Amino acid sequence: MAALTPGFRARRRAPGDRLPPGQFTTEGFPVLSAGPTPVVGTDRWELTLTTETGDRRSWTWSRLMALPQDDLTTDLHCVTRWSKFDTRWGGVSLDVLLEGVDTHATYAWIESYGGYTTNLPLADLRDGKAWIAHTYDGRPLPAEHGGPARLLVPHLYLWKSAKWISGIQLRLTDQQGFWESLGYHDYGDPWREQRTWGD
Amino acid sequence: MSGWTVARLVARTKESDTARTLHLQVPGWPGHLAGQHIDVRLTADDGYQAVRSYSLSAPADGDQVAISVQPAPYGEVSPYLVEEFPEGADIEVRGPLGGWFVWRPDRTEPVLLVAGGSGVAPLVAMLRARLALPDGPAFRLVYSLRRPQERWFGDSLDALDGRSDVAVDYAYTREAAPGATRPVGRVRQEDLLIDGFTPAQRPLCFVCGPTAFVEHCADILVALGHRPDRVRTERFG
Repeated sequence: MAALTPGFRARRRAPGDRLPPGQFTTEGFPVLSAGPTPVVGTDRWELTLTTETGDRRSWTWSRLMALPQDDLTTDLHCVTRWSKFDTRWGGVSLDVLLEGVDTHATYAWIESYGGYTTNLPLADLRDGKAWIAHTYDGRPLPAEHGGPARLLVPHLYLWKSAKWISGIQLRLTDQQGFWESLGYHDYGDPWREQRTWGD
Repeated sequence: MSGWTVARLVARTKESDTARTLHLQVPGWPGHLAGQHIDVRLTADDGYQAVRSYSLSAPADGDQVAISVQPAPYGEVSPYLVEEFPEGADIEVRGPLGGWFVWRPDRTEPVLLVAGGSGVAPLVAMLRARLALPDGPAFRLVYSLRRPQERWFGDSLDALDGRSDVAVDYAYTREAAPGATRPVGRVRQEDLLIDGFTPAQRPLCFVCGPTAFVEHCADILVALGHRPDRVRTERFG
């Protein structure tokens, strides 16, 4: 066997316990989307939560903004291998939206304006792990990053944090979303490098 | 192949003054679709590893694949791949990856490719996959770049001269080629309104380049009337 990448040296070694395996840090904020950026005005924005029995609750923009708000600072990990540390967000915890919802569901199916979908266990939306984020770095979330509002589930790879979120369906069975049906992992834990099918 | 495998650099060819194509031999390569990418993993003497993704810029040639790399200033990986990684040495690769930004040779509708800078790599892979067919749909590449000497894949693109079914238009943003009639500047609506590739003909559109470029061009395509689900995008930077 020949030498493996002889002469290659580290130039940006990151703090060991903050960077998941196979990732590198970026100072920018790359955009990864499968299609054009949909334009959704806050005047017609609505988020709908539907349970497995068909019970629905929905929030207009003004109702969302009237809910208790969180500020958080978190690290982001994209399956395309960039990680960004200390991103600052504002939004509403999913615990607030799910409070009092009567459900036996174990999965959540996420839908977005523009047609994007993703899936994850409902448990990953609970207990302070997920938000509907509308503010980034103190400013309204730009459309190319998912504005006016996106799901933010920072403990999973970023494709789970659906941009332009429009709906959450609580389900008894799992169904693969957009990237999940195109070869990406069903769960997507960056610390276990669950990037693609078979990981 | 889902795990890492060792590949060998068999040749490095020049695309521009700074960019290079790396031709890698990957034993057991299963083949790939145009538009897919691979991960490459580099290992330093002390065991440190870095992984990056690169689009494959050509259809597979047996067990050989090609990636095309623009060295990023102060980059950790790309300057090494372009300037230092020796021919005959090994590197680990994983792939092929990606199932959305791909062109399958059984598709029959016209294909409009819109490239910004090094975003041309996966689009030229699609164009080359089309050229490998004896017959197939019309292809048009709109290639936005700053100046003529930054053009990649010049020989392949020049070989299209005289063809009408597969063709390329250049949109220079800073300095035009001698004899070019299009005014210098960013891509405009009229650059993407092309006979044979209008919304009525329902082409499949692929847009790849820096984020701002992709946002701009995808917005134009949607404004022209292309259905958003017919516009596939890949952004970097």
